[in-house]
Amino acid sequence: MLNDVQKHILEVVAAMKNGETDGAVNIRIDGKKAHRVNSEHIRIESKTDKDGIDIHIAPFTKHESVHIPVVLTESGFHDKVYNDFYIGEGAEVNIVAGCGIHNCGCDDSQHDGVHTFYVGKNAKVTYSETHYGEGEGGGKRILNPETILYLEEGASVTLDTTQIKGVDDTKRYTKAVLGKDAEIVITEKLLTHDNQYAESEMDVFLNGEGSKTRVISRSVAQDNSVQVFYPRVEGNAPCFGHVSCDAIIMGEAKVKAIPAISCNHVDAGLIHEAAIGKIAGDQLLKLMTLGLTAEEAEEKILEGFLR
Amino acid sequence: MLEIKNLSVTVNDENGRADILKDINLTVEDRKFIVITGPNGGGKTTLARAIMGLAPVTGGSILWNGTELADKTVTERAKLGVSYGFQQPPRFKGMKVADLLSIAAGRKLNHDETCSYLTKVGLCARDYLDRDVDASLSGGEVKRIEIATILARKCPLMIFDEPEAGIDLWSFARLTETFSEIHAKKEATILIISHQERIIRLADEIILVADGHVKDRGPAEKIYPQILADTVSGCNRLEVNGTC
Repeated sequence: MLNDVQKHILEVVAAMKNGETDGAVNIRIDGKKAHRVNSEHIRIESKTDKDGIDIHIAPFTKHESVHIPVVLTESGFHDKVYNDFYIGEGAEVNIVAGCGIHNCGCDDSQHDGVHTFYVGKNAKVTYSETHYGEGEGGGKRILNPETILYLEEGASVTLDTTQIKGVDDTKRYTKAVLGKDAEIVITEKLLTHDNQYAESEMDVFLNGEGSKTRVISRSVAQDNSVQVFYPRVEGNAPCFGHVSCDAIIMGEAKVKAIPAISCNHVDAGLIHEAAIGKIAGDQLLKLMTLGLTAEEAEEKILEGFLR
Repeated sequence: MLEIKNLSVTVNDENGRADILKDINLTVEDRKFIVITGPNGGGKTTLARAIMGLAPVTGGSILWNGTELADKTVTERAKLGVSYGFQQPPRFKGMKVADLLSIAAGRKLNHDETCSYLTKVGLCARDYLDRDVDASLSGGEVKRIEIATILARKCPLMIFDEPEAGIDLWSFARLTETFSEIHAKKEATILIISHQERIIRLADEIILVADGHVKDRGPAEKIYPQILADTVSGCNRLEVNGTC
């Protein structure tokens, strides 16, 4: 039986109303399995050697989804979990993960989720991961997600990660290794405030001929928060990659973006763009001419930017 | 009614002090269609921006329906019914065209309403509703969306700053129809900064602004031939052999 705090977090991080959704589900609360459902072609099993689950998605599975949210409500709890996804050839699947920490105590709460994806030939995966923290306690809310993806020939992945609010400290690492004609679009959205710190490192290896990637990072750093980005793309075959980092800084915040693109093949084409700055004055003025106050205008601009 | 009295705008930049507007006096009756025209750098845009609160006023008064605007913020002026379409509108990453129009209208517009505003500026709504108002749009597209935001606001005072700039001929024709419709229905006082004969011909009155002053005003038939007669060259010191 889920309590109201747990239901609220499940709705924020995995869009699950009352903790319910269709398809395969695994809910983990304070380090324990709280609820699990398999669907016709998706099987979830607990690991026997370490904490975590294996998710098996049968070849050519269509119109099925997996939700694997994690909730932490015990102050001082440190959770490390390994989730491995085996996605069969030609499967088309939507995977929703997410972690919410409700920390009312004075001890730090931490969740380190390591997600590894083995994406089969021509499979199409949409993976979204939302991170969120809440609670009045002085204890930190710490999330360190690691996402590793191996894409076989023709596989495609859309990876959306969002850290909305309330996470005091995060170190994210994403690695993708692409085979022939594989494609990955990584969109990372980050909002930090107060004294929060966020670091995101990414490595994309375009190893197969015709492989493609787009890495889009949108972030807002408010108050005294600090963000550091290291998006790196390596082209080892005829391939295409585009990295764009856009950040808005406010108050005393600091953002550093250190993109790196390495072409190791004459037909590899890689581009990076990075822009960091405050909200443009003419954007604020435009919305004020539409009747918004400066504060309302700022809110609308950030809302769109992090959509 | 819009009454501008002894309005002046002075800026201090790296080149020193410059008087952009010098003692402008102007009255515009309600629901009139006025075109402000004149040479580049003459102060037209500054005048429009001063009415909206986007240019700092050094002296004088701007009365809108008897209320002094000069000491009001941009937001307050907007709430009093003043709207202004930027000459070079900003872009917004992540903001949808439909959202921007809803912000302009001050409420969530439904699909049909949003479509009607886009159609009025010559855009096919189906192609634009879900697009972001970002760098993926051309200058002409952003400009037309900008004009649509002013239509969606439905303010009693609509100021457009060179609405024709960057817009193709076909869309421009649609746009002039829209301005005519608003005027025919007497929906608003329209103030357009323009150099286009087609827009000038629609106006009740033309105001010629040059060198920070109102040089002349009157009906199109009176002012337009004068403008043409004065437009001999780009340099008023040009001599017969073509050199200054």
